[in-house]
Amino acid sequence: MANFLASPFMHNIFSGLAQGVLYSLLALSLVIIWQSTHVLNFAQGAMAMFATYIGMTEMDRGVGYWWCVIISVLVGMIFGGLAERVLIRPLYGKPEINPIVVMVGFLGVIEAVAAAIWTSTTRNITSPFSQIYFHANGQVILLSPFVIFQIVLAIVIMLGIAALFRFTKLGLQLRASALAPEVARLLGVRVSRMLTIGWMLSAGVGAVAAVIIASGTFGLFPTNMDGIFVAGFIAAAVGGLESPIGAITGGLLIGLAEQFILSYWSATLAPLGGIIILVLALMIRPQGIFTKNVERRV
Amino acid sequence: MIRIENLCVNYGAVKALRNVSLEAFPGQITAVLGANGAGKTTLLRTISGLVTPQSGNIFLGDRSLLKMATENIARLGVGHVPEGRGVIAELTVEENLRLGALATKVNIAEGLEAQYQQFPVLGDRRKKYCATLSGGERQMLAMARALIAQPQVLLLDEPSLGLAPQVTSELMKSIRRLCESKNLTVILVEQNAKSALRIAHNAVVLHLGTVVASDDAAVVASDDDLRRYYLGLVQ
Repeated sequence: MANFLASPFMHNIFSGLAQGVLYSLLALSLVIIWQSTHVLNFAQGAMAMFATYIGMTEMDRGVGYWWCVIISVLVGMIFGGLAERVLIRPLYGKPEINPIVVMVGFLGVIEAVAAAIWTSTTRNITSPFSQIYFHANGQVILLSPFVIFQIVLAIVIMLGIAALFRFTKLGLQLRASALAPEVARLLGVRVSRMLTIGWMLSAGVGAVAAVIIASGTFGLFPTNMDGIFVAGFIAAAVGGLESPIGAITGGLLIGLAEQFILSYWSATLAPLGGIIILVLALMIRPQGIFTKNVERRV
Repeated sequence: MIRIENLCVNYGAVKALRNVSLEAFPGQITAVLGANGAGKTTLLRTISGLVTPQSGNIFLGDRSLLKMATENIARLGVGHVPEGRGVIAELTVEENLRLGALATKVNIAEGLEAQYQQFPVLGDRRKKYCATLSGGERQMLAMARALIAQPQVLLLDEPSLGLAPQVTSELMKSIRRLCESKNLTVILVEQNAKSALRIAHNAVVLHLGTVVASDDAAVVASDDDLRRYYLGLVQ
């Protein structure tokens, strides 16, 4: 067993999954926003980074790690709600390119402000979990307490979001507001409030991803979410933008593909993993691997 | 009771409703009839706050609905089954019904049970996605979803659209039965004037946004000129 877990194949699986869950989280956050408002939030990663800075720098004042995580997520959610109310709401009903342009601009602003406040130097956030890999029978297994925390937290968040959408009154109202806003209003659902809540949830999920990334070897710096955002965006597109399951699967596939290319081919070509998955998905199922073609009669 | 006073609605330069006034009473069906473009759907959408009128007023009892948000009008007890039924295809039958009750103080479990008794076919299909329902089943679901909120007023926009004559006939009978048993104020917009007049207590005929007749349904049904020129009922 130890030999199997320490095999190069399993090394790649563990590393690919650890990276993939982060892509999945970001993709999930993009899908939540896309489902509710049909906006591609290009500032999603940067917003999460900014919230993480606000929360995690509280550790400098002696605040505990977990409190800083909670602050980061709450700040991220408030940030998401404000972005929807202030930046996006005036653009509903306008051409789809408008919110994209606004959020790309917002991305630049956030990263510049973060660099001005906290400088561009990488900060290392110390989490309570060791990053030293486990050993078994003298062999290294590419799993550390931190990697397990990373995977478990991501899975818990994904299951929590799925349960919220599937089993709660709030989730039902969020889904109805996204699918048929006019019908939802006729049934008494406060759709505009639901859109804000959708953005808040999405930004909260993004903040969790950013906290994990900042707590790992990557560290925290103003552009640390840019590469993750691109992979998360591709994962969301592979899943079809409408499907949370598709986004999660897309993220895992890209994480694994990157890791196998890195291991068997070249580290510099690893980012090709996402592109290859995207091209394959576009060739085989251009509507997304998990998007159902449901007849809409509303 | 719904009271509409001198309602005017414009879509840009187009006058969709011109000084429309009508009253609809509890326990009665008021049929709103007319050809395409007469303003029937606009009237219902204005009552629900989806369209803002240029002038006039709408009262639910003594309370003006003007400038109220659609969701607040719904929460006051105005149920609206829109044209095309508004059933959300990606949700299950039960999720659609739950959605209807969420904004109210109705006990959801009891509400669901009551609707399944009223419309047994919905009970059989409660876990099915609505995309799989037939037109008649979708109409039943749309009605049940509005009724689960126990509204005072029910606005029905072309409920017979796309239904077979037999299904339409049964649907119309159930509308009449529900109206009387629950003391509902029903405003029924229909192009199928014959079916609507059969169950309505009162009728309003719209033509190009103007009320051309407003009377007892039996009187409208027996007026040959109205039947021929506005309702397309050629004898």
